[in-house]
Amino acid sequence: MKVTPKKIYLALAAPVSAAVASILISSLALLATKKSPTEAFKTMWEFGATTSSVIETLNNATSYYIAALAIAITFRAGLFNIGVEGQLRLGALFACYFGAMFTLPPVLHILAIFIISMTVGGLWAAIAGILKVKRGVNEVISTIMLNSIAGGLSAYLLSKHFTVKIEGSNNLTTQELPASGQMPNLSFLTKNLDQSATQGRGIYGMFAIAIALGIAFWWIVNRTRFGFELRASGINPIAARVSGVNSKRMIVIAMISSGAIAGLSGLPTVLAETHAYNLGFRAGLGFSAIAVALLGRNSAIGMAFSSLLFSFLEVSSRSLDLIDIAPETYFIMQGAILLSSVIAFEVVSRYRVKVVSEQLAKAVANA
Amino acid sequence: MRNLAKPARLALYAFAIVFSLSTIKLITGASDLTSVGTASSALLLSVPIAMAALGGLFSERSGVVNIGLEGMMIMGAWGGGFIGAKHGPWAGLLAGIVMGALGAALHAIATVGFGVDHVVSGVAINIIAAGLARYLSTILYKNGTWVGPSQSPDIQSIGVNGLPILSGGTYFGWKSPDLFGSIAEKNWFLISDTFSILRGLTGEVSYVTVIAISLVPLSYWFLWHTAFGLRLRSAGEAPTAAESLGVNVYLMKYAGVIVSGGFAGFGGAFLAIVASNHYQENQTGGRGYIGLAALIFGNWRPGGLMTGAGLFGFADALQLRDATAIHALLMLLAFAMVFFAFLNLKKKKFATSVISLALATFAIWLYITFTELPGQFVTMTPYIVTLLVLGLGTQRLRMPAADGVPYRKGGGK
Repeated sequence: MKVTPKKIYLALAAPVSAAVASILISSLALLATKKSPTEAFKTMWEFGATTSSVIETLNNATSYYIAALAIAITFRAGLFNIGVEGQLRLGALFACYFGAMFTLPPVLHILAIFIISMTVGGLWAAIAGILKVKRGVNEVISTIMLNSIAGGLSAYLLSKHFTVKIEGSNNLTTQELPASGQMPNLSFLTKNLDQSATQGRGIYGMFAIAIALGIAFWWIVNRTRFGFELRASGINPIAARVSGVNSKRMIVIAMISSGAIAGLSGLPTVLAETHAYNLGFRAGLGFSAIAVALLGRNSAIGMAFSSLLFSFLEVSSRSLDLIDIAPETYFIMQGAILLSSVIAFEVVSRYRVKVVSEQLAKAVANA
Repeated sequence: MRNLAKPARLALYAFAIVFSLSTIKLITGASDLTSVGTASSALLLSVPIAMAALGGLFSERSGVVNIGLEGMMIMGAWGGGFIGAKHGPWAGLLAGIVMGALGAALHAIATVGFGVDHVVSGVAINIIAAGLARYLSTILYKNGTWVGPSQSPDIQSIGVNGLPILSGGTYFGWKSPDLFGSIAEKNWFLISDTFSILRGLTGEVSYVTVIAISLVPLSYWFLWHTAFGLRLRSAGEAPTAAESLGVNVYLMKYAGVIVSGGFAGFGGAFLAIVASNHYQENQTGGRGYIGLAALIFGNWRPGGLMTGAGLFGFADALQLRDATAIHALLMLLAFAMVFFAFLNLKKKKFATSVISLALATFAIWLYITFTELPGQFVTMTPYIVTLLVLGLGTQRLRMPAADGVPYRKGGGK
């Protein structure tokens, strides 16, 4: 493989043109409402680059990343799990409820919470997997239905069975997790920073777990027999079946592992900040994560970048309120980035195929 | 059953449904099961879902998966609220259709023009639409035109009417008698129930509802009985074959997707203008997704998707109106499960039949233990019913053969 300038241009063409296009679209949206885009971007950048915002961005990206891994594993197997939202909600609820019932040594307790959350998430996703292989029910529909059912079920359980009364508060919440079940922040990363700059924030312990999960995802999907079978049944189910891959088994396993990872994605904030599942539990994470997975092209490293980008936009756009712009602008930015990047990649890869086939044709003609 | 003609079979199904509802009502005393109000709100609630599903039908029949229906509905609802409050409901409706179609045009450019993965583009549209609606609403609230950052001013209502002589209403100043309504009040078993449902479906119906419902058979006629419809469907089944016969596949796909957005936008605007009287954030509440589910449930056919939408509408109406009626529905579920177990036993499918019997027992247990179901369970009903129907029903679903497959002109082998 020779590195030619042309190859470098081609490699850069897609991300650069996507970035330009999405900045253009967002600027147009701002200009349409008579706001200055440069001022908006400047404010976002200044706010987003402060230490406390960076920490928040990393923490926020942790949940995005883990949830995106959960979705990517099904995409790789040719499935689509829209149900991450429900799986992570139920996982977090049960983990908080049961996790507060016992005390274990510090690390073991958190492990136990992980296991509860992963089991619940995995079982909830298994319903969709089993319905698909046994009854041929499309997993897109069943996971959408399961999301709504999970929403109702968690609201019912929280309000009727899992809640503890707190004086003078209308919030419904589970019992607080004992100290051994609370996850410490990665304080060694922030200990040299100025207290006033961090505003007392620390990087979640789950951040390290997310990195480990990302590496494990890469290894399992790209370097193991299981990962090969998973991708094979995703790319060409018939060929996979002919060569001895049990596709039904793969579907169920992919769904269960996706649900189990989804179960973990609900935990970062719960373990580090709220220490309980309450009414304020973040909604919509499982849906945003679909976009993160798609933007990161379902690769471990790609999703790391996309989750950081989405998280940065979300955190830094809060500053827009100061200059009288609706912070919701970040939805437009996220959508514009997603759409323009997939279009750019599609166009560039088509152009690349054309270039290569022309070169081949020339080589054959010369020979 | 099989050797009956289709209309006769449908009539028989309808009779079976009404008969079991009346019986359950007699046993449990849940009078709302067959009340006029339930039937009319079921109709009202199933229209937006049916419109989303019809939208999905056009798009997917032309071979483009449209998961962006939710976003297009949001845009439609917003457009309906924005223009509706300013220039009246009919203009609002039109604006909703246009807004939905605009969202769909974006989807069409990405998927058909650039060959982007259909799901990716759809998800992006859902994000953009939700963000755009919120962004624009905030601006309108800040400059004082809107009552809240998530709510439009009130929209004038569009008139309602009934069938002349049969179900009331007013025609040119003449007040029509209400035959169905008077029979519905009589409390005759089965007869009053039937007329009560008919009265609900035909009386005090918005003109928009009439238009919406008539779009279902119209779509059927258009897709299955016109040359354009045949070409559009061929683009979703075998685009390269269609291309070789001179069909402009791109045009068909663009048309399918843009019409799809128009329907979704119509459904959204219906929510803002007819089902409510203003736009509100999250008004669509996932109905785009439910519409997609109704489409697949209905096997990518107009009649089927209308049945799916009706099922959702009915369950939704019951949970909104009367929680005890849902409780009574458990009895119906138990009946249905026992019947289903019996059918499967005859076919010697023992596993399915055991599962159905277990579900029947579970439903009866629930019926006895809870005198009234907790609210959260009630809201889950439509989704559980869909899962049960899909999981236990016979699976003869077949989607358009080239649905979701990116197509390039001249790319056939």
